[in-house]
Amino acid sequence: MTWDYAPAPESRAIANLKPSYRMFLDGEFVEGSGEPLKTINPATEEVLAEVSTASASDVDRAVKVAKRAQDKVWGPMSGAERAKYIFRIARMMAERSRELAVLESLDNGKPIRESRDVDVPTAAAHFFYHAGWADKLDYAGYGPNPRPLGVAGQVIPWNFPLLMAAWKIAPALACGNTVVLKPAETTPLTALVLAEIIQQAELPPGVVNILPGAGDVGAELVNHPGVNKIAFTGSTEVGKIIQKSLAGTRKKLTLELGGKAANIVFDDAPLDQAVEGIVNGIFFNQGHVCCAGSRLLVQESIAEELLEKLHKRVSTLRIGDPLDKNTDVGAINSRDQLTKIQDLVATGEAEGAVRWTSACPLPEKGFFFAPTVFAGVSQAMRIAREEIFGPVLSVLTFRTPDEAIAKANNTPYGLSAGIWTEKGSRILWAANQLRAGVVWANTFNRFDPTAPFGGYQESGFGREGGRTGLEAYLDV
Amino acid sequence: MSERLSVAKTYKLYLGGAFPRSESGRTYPVTDSRGKFLANAAQASRKDVREAVVAARKAFGKWSGATAYNRGQVLYRVAELLEGRREQFIAEVASSEGIQAKKAASIVDAAIDRWVWYAGWTDKIATVLGASNPVAGPYFSFSVPEPTGVVGVLAPQKSSLLGLISVIAPVIATGCTAVVVTSQDRPLSAITLSEVLATSDVPGGVVNLLTGHTAELAPWLASHADVNALDLTGAPDELRAELEASASGTVKRVLRATEEDWAKQPDIRRLRAVLETKTVWHPMGV
Repeated sequence: MTWDYAPAPESRAIANLKPSYRMFLDGEFVEGSGEPLKTINPATEEVLAEVSTASASDVDRAVKVAKRAQDKVWGPMSGAERAKYIFRIARMMAERSRELAVLESLDNGKPIRESRDVDVPTAAAHFFYHAGWADKLDYAGYGPNPRPLGVAGQVIPWNFPLLMAAWKIAPALACGNTVVLKPAETTPLTALVLAEIIQQAELPPGVVNILPGAGDVGAELVNHPGVNKIAFTGSTEVGKIIQKSLAGTRKKLTLELGGKAANIVFDDAPLDQAVEGIVNGIFFNQGHVCCAGSRLLVQESIAEELLEKLHKRVSTLRIGDPLDKNTDVGAINSRDQLTKIQDLVATGEAEGAVRWTSACPLPEKGFFFAPTVFAGVSQAMRIAREEIFGPVLSVLTFRTPDEAIAKANNTPYGLSAGIWTEKGSRILWAANQLRAGVVWANTFNRFDPTAPFGGYQESGFGREGGRTGLEAYLDV
Repeated sequence: MSERLSVAKTYKLYLGGAFPRSESGRTYPVTDSRGKFLANAAQASRKDVREAVVAARKAFGKWSGATAYNRGQVLYRVAELLEGRREQFIAEVASSEGIQAKKAASIVDAAIDRWVWYAGWTDKIATVLGASNPVAGPYFSFSVPEPTGVVGVLAPQKSSLLGLISVIAPVIATGCTAVVVTSQDRPLSAITLSEVLATSDVPGGVVNLLTGHTAELAPWLASHADVNALDLTGAPDELRAELEASASGTVKRVLRATEEDWAKQPDIRRLRAVLETKTVWHPMGV
């Protein structure tokens, strides 16, 4: 007998969706002078709202008010006072958490379970954690009285819109900087509700400015001479352009870029647990995760058994309405991204990898891609080397632990990695050998404000979170 | 009775633990501060840079994998050997930097002490920069600093020994390996340092020293895909932006340092600059 799930949709009304959103500048919501954009629900392709965008002159104004706010208010303010503002933001985010979660799922396409249980609570936690640092920076290990950098220009991606805004804004404020943040073109809404919260928390005008827009607004911000620090999360391709454009300036830069994480399963791994971790590693957030476990490395002796279990488990994943609490995999964030995924998957087939795709039904409207697993992948294939940023897993095999490490490290990236084994000494050995900034052993995709996150090599530099993450926003 | 004619030394590169001439066969004259000829130094080429990166990469696994205690001992041993060459360094620093022997002696002493200071950091930096992360869940999470890999170092142009040691010692103390372009016009103490390293327990390839024209060699180091980080300290001003732009091609960590007062006691900034942070998670439970 089959068990059907009854639909359990979260009410869309909770999102308080408005027909139009404006940018947040100098403490006010104002019309941007850029071309307004329409943000859509990727699960239905309907327009959610019109959002005003920034022009070059808006960016210039935002940087100037941020500079004024840093010089006159936020910089001179005592850490203890700054802390209280940031604590306020954390609390108000928690109060409006359900609204933020539903809005995030509408705008981004991610399942409500994820936005409700991961994105929003972790975002609030980031503010709460960093608030406490504001008056304790003398103890952060960067010498006495470490100084802020000034104005931080921050450009964030569409995969975790609110969470990335929190990762960027919270440490910047705690360290005494002011912020001009550009949310992603396709997901501007939750950052603008965060702006409402910031306004309600009575943060002094100009301390945080949120300017929606496309890449051109980001470029204006990055290249504005009044900005002292750039923090970027996004593709390695754009990260390189930013690093190049900052060459010869005094702007401090941190980059959190792409990845092609190896998730290594040794022959003694607890297989059922590993299967859950593999699924979480690649299908969490539709695979739109820079640290996704997109290369599965399985020890040859258990490959067949593991693959069978994996297919069985992935077949049970429910793809569909992001607002349904039973949904496991939501919508791909945009048509562009869907096309990229489809292209790389076609390449995988053309290069001779064996494709398996879940037979799950897909909604007729919206951007969806069924969970897909490629077996028989070799290291030279594009699906083993390039970030797909979608629900597509490439499976490779290995015979010895040394071979596993060599294959895992055979990438210009170095953001994350996974290890599955029951043997403690092997975990510590492998964790030590892997050239990646985050290593998950017998788990995957765990995030916490106290735990530094960031990459080796072409996955970027600088860390976010923990004491280590403060360095990015201090003149040290 | 006539004075004895001294035996002049042929100055070479230090690459992978050996002392080759530049593959290009080129040399350039090195003079003292008054313009008097001192020696012909090897003028390294692009190919020498690439060989040096290969040697540094090859040495990285073992050096970064050595215990911090062992690295500390190996580096301390270098200080012992530096002390033994003290008089030679004083003479070289005095002639190349155009200063009195007394001043040169204080510089050499500071350089040796600087090396000892960094040697002591090898097994302490992880305690200072690492952490156990109090995450909100049933996981044990810890973060450790790890060496970033091969570091390209453009050594200070003016401070031929103290500056040089101040930029090399932190790199190798962390477990990174180095390809160093020495001071162009004052390379002799660097070459003597390479003789010290060669007779120490520092494995070949951990430090590679290239004498030559900084402006010619630096771009190859900045664009090399197997270099993880670039220290711009001794870069010519007009090249700094270009080198940094070139380093972005493979997202290198760039240390935008310049010539400074090397006599000043350093902080751990240079160690941090070549360290990554790795965070490891594991579930807790019965």
